[in-house]
Amino acid sequence: MYGKKVKLRALFILSIFLSLVLISFLIFKSLEENVIYFKSPTEIKNLSELESKKIRVGGMVKKNSIKTNDLEINFIITDFKNELIVSFKGSVPNLFEEGKGVVAEGFLEDRNYLKAIKILAKHDENYMPPEVKDALKGNN
Amino acid sequence: MLNYFNPKNTILIINRLQKYVLILFLLVLVIGLLEALVLSPEDYKQSDSVRIMYVHVPSAWISLGIFSIISILSFGILIFKNKNFHLITKSLAPSGFVFNLIALVTGSIWGKPTWGTWWAWDARITSMLLLAVFYLMFILSWRVVDNNEKAIKVSSIIAILGLINIPIIKFSVDWWSTLHQPASINLLKETSIHSSMLLPLGIMTAAFALFSILIFLMKYNTELIKIKNKGLDRL
Repeated sequence: MYGKKVKLRALFILSIFLSLVLISFLIFKSLEENVIYFKSPTEIKNLSELESKKIRVGGMVKKNSIKTNDLEINFIITDFKNELIVSFKGSVPNLFEEGKGVVAEGFLEDRNYLKAIKILAKHDENYMPPEVKDALKGNN
Repeated sequence: MLNYFNPKNTILIINRLQKYVLILFLLVLVIGLLEALVLSPEDYKQSDSVRIMYVHVPSAWISLGIFSIISILSFGILIFKNKNFHLITKSLAPSGFVFNLIALVTGSIWGKPTWGTWWAWDARITSMLLLAVFYLMFILSWRVVDNNEKAIKVSSIIAILGLINIPIIKFSVDWWSTLHQPASINLLKETSIHSSMLLPLGIMTAAFALFSILIFLMKYNTELIKIKNKGLDRL
């Protein structure tokens, strides 16, 4: 139904496109370390050597772990396998809360302790009115 | 049937169509804004700042959708040498680009109070910025390349290259850890947006889609008039 030329052109362009897809896949695969925005506490535990450069760690703020005093705020990031203690001086975003996602940016003192210079709240994908949230709580 | 592709007839049809699309767009926009800003409830966690979602998410969807259409038509341009498709892709690009910028800006405004930062170089946001660059390159290619035949080819190649970025944007939140939250609406899973918030989201998406169609019709008409004025009676 199509001429030979059209078929050849389709083969040519599609093969170029597919090889480019493959190339970008391989590039992203090898750059994975840099593409991810934050590491989990487990990944920090498994680091072969402590990095002295700035690092981002993400996970959940452990329930009942937030302690504030005049100078700083302390809390624990957990991925439910491993934990990391974080200390931070400054103000935290609105959605920073116990039991919710957080990303802390700063410097590792050791494998269990991060001195944060920036706290970001990681929002989850759930959206609902307060009444629905209360009803859900009542069921549990 | 052939008369449909006669620019003169098409211009007349589009002129008539534009009015209906404009009226429909205004109607849907008013309902959508009323639903999004007044009638829909506030979020249990974000309270009123959740309303940015009703602009942010539809804009992102529309810009992704338009780029996908441009890319797929670009295959048609390069493979089948279709003489009509490049007018469509050229006319679709501006509204897609504008919605892309709106998604980036509203995302930034939303990010500051909720995440605590205007910008993060995470996979979702960076790939969305890359989409804006592809849009810009596509639009600029028509102005930079003087020869029309060449401009058609260059812009199509840019659109096809950009197509690789589309699944990366979509799945970035699943493949890599990002600051951006994962998708709330998923064909395989239950939607994690309450139905009272899903309604304004849907209406606003329809409104933005209608707006894109309106701008597309205007731009397409301009392209046809340009061709007519050059004394060509075919596309």
